[in-house]
Amino acid sequence: MLTEKEIAKIDLEVSHLPYKGAACIEALKIVQQERGWISDESIHLIAEYLEISAEEVDSVATFYNLIFRKPVGRHVILICDSISCWVVGYENILTALKNRLKINYGETTEDDRFTLLPIPCLGTCDRAPAMMIDNDLHRDLTEEKLDDILNQYQ
Amino acid sequence: MMRTDGAPLSIQEYEQQGGYQGLRKAFQFNPEEITQMVKDAELQGRGGAGFSTGTKWSFVPMGKSAPETKYLIVNGDEMEPGTFKDRLLLEGNPHQMLEGIIISAYAIQASEAVIFLRWAYKMSANRLARAISEAEQAGYIGKNILNSGFNIKVSIHTSVGRYMCGEETGLLSALEGKRSLPRAKPPFPQISGLFGKPSIVNNVETLCCVPHIMDKGPNWFKGLSNGDGGGTKLYGASGNVRNPGIYELPLGTPLNELIEVHAGGMIDGYQFRAALPGGASTDFLTTEHLEVKMDFKSVSACGSRLGTGTIIVLDDRTCPVGFVHNLEHFFAQESCGWCTPCREGLPWVEKILKSIEDGEGQQEDLGVLQEHTVGLGPGMTFCALAPGAMAPLKSALKYFKTDFEAHIQQKRCTYKNN
Repeated sequence: MLTEKEIAKIDLEVSHLPYKGAACIEALKIVQQERGWISDESIHLIAEYLEISAEEVDSVATFYNLIFRKPVGRHVILICDSISCWVVGYENILTALKNRLKINYGETTEDDRFTLLPIPCLGTCDRAPAMMIDNDLHRDLTEEKLDDILNQYQ
Repeated sequence: MMRTDGAPLSIQEYEQQGGYQGLRKAFQFNPEEITQMVKDAELQGRGGAGFSTGTKWSFVPMGKSAPETKYLIVNGDEMEPGTFKDRLLLEGNPHQMLEGIIISAYAIQASEAVIFLRWAYKMSANRLARAISEAEQAGYIGKNILNSGFNIKVSIHTSVGRYMCGEETGLLSALEGKRSLPRAKPPFPQISGLFGKPSIVNNVETLCCVPHIMDKGPNWFKGLSNGDGGGTKLYGASGNVRNPGIYELPLGTPLNELIEVHAGGMIDGYQFRAALPGGASTDFLTTEHLEVKMDFKSVSACGSRLGTGTIIVLDDRTCPVGFVHNLEHFFAQESCGWCTPCREGLPWVEKILKSIEDGEGQQEDLGVLQEHTVGLGPGMTFCALAPGAMAPLKSALKYFKTDFEAHIQQKRCTYKNN
């Protein structure tokens, strides 16, 4: 079941739109915010509520980079792998992160603390390399800075 | 107009510096006159295409027979790799863009404005939301703005990631809650856009120019430029330059001035080799193009595009094959999969480039890459993603052919020490 809170938020979005199905992306964002990720059950609940097919909701959910169809850790690390970060050597930062966390792209640490994912250009190319953890942007990254940054997220 | 400490200008600070004067002046004209002024100012779309903004607006149905609902949509998706100019405008001076939105909405008689923001721009979203509520309280947004009889609603939509959202019609699909697939044109969005209503999609930087055209006049704006088209431009530089950043300069500022003066030249030990003038989907410019004026027309004459005007510098110690591989990885990943050449061709290109970079390339691979630059080129695919992806590849094959061949002959990346 969708919670009352989820329904209230979805209803608010629907009220601005000409038809219910147009709130599909918003509904996915809302449910993901509450539950951390989008399960098959969530797909069906959203589909039923918005009166569109589950396949349609899933086609949208799997299309966008930041809708998670698998559980993620408490914090999601998104490291920029695009050109400006590549030129100044983001790959060293990535290797250091993988070694520290003992995970690869798409994986979550055993303690459920971090999930590591690549992300296209974060739009902060003058201060590359860059990554985001949850809602925070970290720039001018060096290997030395990583421990302090990671320690902020428990 | 920005604060030096990085905080956004408040509404009071913006007003003290002449903010919202352009809006007051705009209401003294009728909408068609404003569109004409923007045309006369020679404002060209700053999202990358460089199309005349006033001309774009002029395709919107006007008058009593036009649909009641019309949309002005802000493209703040900024996902072109190497591009970071709109972030500065959104974070530093959100009211400037809001003023541009209100004037532009008035010009096309839009009833609603939607700001489409990139997911990653959290700070922009927060600052814009606050600016919108400040502007509502001040009576610049809402009903009967400044007693003009004009009404506008402004809302923010944050994306959930996908390069295709930056494509005008893909963006409309995303706003309708769907996959951000491109749509066939015609019908053009000006006639049938968001939810089938007339819609204008303008880039953040484009809209930020509009208040100044209203306030100081089209001739003043046009006179700011040093090349073809009017106004100033936010240029940027990233890569191994001394002062990477964003610089507001006359449109048409030469490439070498941008690199040597504003970006501070190359970091010691690095030499300039080439640059993408405006994001990942533009053709390389090399040392032979250093004199080029960075305006849409002049850069096109060199076989490239001004694009977003944020240059990405390739230096002499960075492998051009690896550089292009990174770009094609991005495009292959971001292809929406709608049309076959793009969906199938880009991963193929990416794989070949990786094999060349890894020392496993064959001489025939260069022919296959060359074929793709034609098969995925302009006119061969549904939207501009694949032709954009081919721009850096095609020009790299032209300018760095010896590097590709050395990789294949020596069976290794010639820029790595091994």
